[in-house]
Amino acid sequence: MTTSDDTRLAMQGTIEALTSGGGSEPVVVNLGPQHPSTHGVFRLKVTLDGEIVQDAEMRIGYLHRSMEKLAEERTYTQNIPFTDRIDYLAAMSNNLAYCLAAEELLGIEVPARAQAIRVMFAELQRVASHAMANGTFINDCGAWHTPLFHMFRDRERVLDMFEMTCGARLTTNYMRIGGVAFDLPDELLPTLERFLDDMPENIANYEALLLENEILHARARGVGVISPEMAINSSLSGPVLRATGVPWDLRKASPYCGYEQYEFDVPVGERGDCFDRFLVRMAEVKQSLHILRQVVDALPEGPYLADVPLHARPEPGEAYARVESPRGELGFYLVSDGGPAPYRFHCRPPSLINLSALKEMSLGGTLADAIVTLGSIDIVVGEIDR
Amino acid sequence: MMEIAGLSGILGAWYDFRDLNNLQRLITEWIADWGPDWLASIVTGLLGALGILGVIGPTLLVLIWVERKVIARFQQRYGPNRVGPKGLLQPVADAVKLILKEQLAPRAADKLIFFLPPVLIFIPGILIWGVLPFGPRMSVADLNVGVLFLLAVSGTAVLVIFMAGWSSNNKYALLGAMRAVAMSISYEVPMVLALLTLVVFSGTMSINGIVEWQQQEDVIFILLFPLTALVFFFAASAELNRTPADISEAESEIVAGYHTEYSGMRFGLFYAVELGNTLVVSGFIATFFLGGWWLWGLDEWVPSWIILLAKTGAVYFLLIWTRGTLPRLRVDQLMSLCWKALVPATLLFVVVAFVERTLLISEGWDTTIALPIMAVINIGLSLGAIMLFARVARPADLRRPARIRMAGAEIGGLRAARSVAARSEEPQFQVGGD
Repeated sequence: MTTSDDTRLAMQGTIEALTSGGGSEPVVVNLGPQHPSTHGVFRLKVTLDGEIVQDAEMRIGYLHRSMEKLAEERTYTQNIPFTDRIDYLAAMSNNLAYCLAAEELLGIEVPARAQAIRVMFAELQRVASHAMANGTFINDCGAWHTPLFHMFRDRERVLDMFEMTCGARLTTNYMRIGGVAFDLPDELLPTLERFLDDMPENIANYEALLLENEILHARARGVGVISPEMAINSSLSGPVLRATGVPWDLRKASPYCGYEQYEFDVPVGERGDCFDRFLVRMAEVKQSLHILRQVVDALPEGPYLADVPLHARPEPGEAYARVESPRGELGFYLVSDGGPAPYRFHCRPPSLINLSALKEMSLGGTLADAIVTLGSIDIVVGEIDR
Repeated sequence: MMEIAGLSGILGAWYDFRDLNNLQRLITEWIADWGPDWLASIVTGLLGALGILGVIGPTLLVLIWVERKVIARFQQRYGPNRVGPKGLLQPVADAVKLILKEQLAPRAADKLIFFLPPVLIFIPGILIWGVLPFGPRMSVADLNVGVLFLLAVSGTAVLVIFMAGWSSNNKYALLGAMRAVAMSISYEVPMVLALLTLVVFSGTMSINGIVEWQQQEDVIFILLFPLTALVFFFAASAELNRTPADISEAESEIVAGYHTEYSGMRFGLFYAVELGNTLVVSGFIATFFLGGWWLWGLDEWVPSWIILLAKTGAVYFLLIWTRGTLPRLRVDQLMSLCWKALVPATLLFVVVAFVERTLLISEGWDTTIALPIMAVINIGLSLGAIMLFARVARPADLRRPARIRMAGAEIGGLRAARSVAARSEEPQFQVGGD
């Protein structure tokens, strides 16, 4: 039976139930894979009783590109561009996590300047990604694109800086095993300074526009709530976890790239609802700007790339490296059999694991709540399906 | 000889822009000189209808451009700027594209009922223009029950919307249609009550009569009944499916609502009527609450319809502004807002209007003194009502502020979470709450 037959039968059932005069019957509504609210090709099958969500079923796999298998056929360096395409909204963070794993496998020391540059771009990526996440979240609440476009201005400036440095905006392919691909261009630091100077005012504008908005409060407060216990049991991470009040941030918990040198706080929410996630992201952007300022002020001189053979053959063994990506704990697990390509390449995507709590969050709410909750989790389907 | 004199009279009237009704009167008189009476009525009626259609069509095309440009400015974009000078021809290009597109219908759709709505929805959309007074004598039908006609006609549109949603055999469309019906039924109540306030206070159901009352008493109704005006504005924007109440075509939830399955010009017709309704409702808000074609004597010098258009434009800009800024309310929130806040508030002002009207009429109070006092009292009452409802109708979730704390040293799981939460000092960031 094809899907359309399926749908028509369900529809007939609905109409019969409505016209027979008595009783009602749940309606199954597909949100996606092509729907204005799903971020990418993700399909959410909700069973509705009126407007109340009775059941939610997540169907993934529409964007499966077999990244992990492909990676087993390519050398360690050749795999870096794949990581861009796993989470295409935070390519720098993915590059970084993969390179950290490969470096651990190869036992490579990364020069101090490269470390600082990596931190710089990982934090810039966080600013860009959170702009996207918060913008689309407000969009899902029904604000007709205005906050999204305002936040996209900031994201655009970050992407311009990426382009200036490595020539690409989205799929950057900038990090290398042992450092970064290019040194910073001369015009980057002045641009970054201007960006850091302008951002506080922009953020103040967003806060003035959004934070006291009663409709946004009504839509997001107390919606999609998850308890800290449940969040930990579901292995959630990133802003979704921190919104429940659990102060877990890998930049503090197991620092990499010299994050221990920088001073910053971990914002945590209180109730674990959609609004807390939004607030946590807003606060994290401010912390990222704070880190960026420190990086710019104390940027070490020296080489930007360690001496690494192009076709490295690591000793047989395994390595796991994890970073705090904008969406949560992003890990790469590599197994080497001594050959030029990884024997096993595994990615621990935060989006997939955070998404697994969507059903828990959205049951009993309305359809509109489920959409807002989905938006607040901030998924990237490329990362879910890989 | 008579004919020539009549024609020159018509030509002379072209220059009298202040009241286009002169033109109609001259034609009527000219026809009445040589033809039967019914012919004059038919000709002037047709002229009025054609005039309205001729004005609406081009106005809609310009409005699409205006709305897209204004929204674009809100969103730091340029908006359409490619087709024609300043992108002015973009709506024409869009219309041509829509006409050329294939008209698709779902196989399982109820064909006749699916085909009719885009056509039927035009009827209330056009009829409603008939009672909008553009000047002292400038409305196609100056009914003495104009308010009733307006409400009756605007109420029929929801039937067409439900036809569209039902016949599409699409769940998004059905959900959208059901939301539209529920919302339309609910929001008609505060709308009716808001208009009832004006009818009671001015003592007439003629729309032109309401404007003339405002002219006579030298006051506009928004000063006398500000909360009623606000409720009417919100209820009208709900009826028009515009944010913050566009739930029946909430893009992020149910794709396009009741017109999800319509393609090409069928969709275009829905879109055009929706835009036309927005314009005419702005016109009615301007008429009822901002004095319509009258503006403290300026209407002696400026054509009255230009004054009305200016006020309509201002209200329309407000509608675009709210659309460009506010998020959307949820269905249940919209309903509870309507029944728990808007209906009691407007009902309160119906009572207030009754009392004040009685004082003015039976006690014979001097309106020049009494009206300003009543305006002050009503503004105070409105503010009080808003504050009261903001307190009473607020959901429990929103009464506590949302807090963000900063964890610096504490990192870990539940124990760290508890220690951060138990910290006595003020949270770093706090928003909302009572």
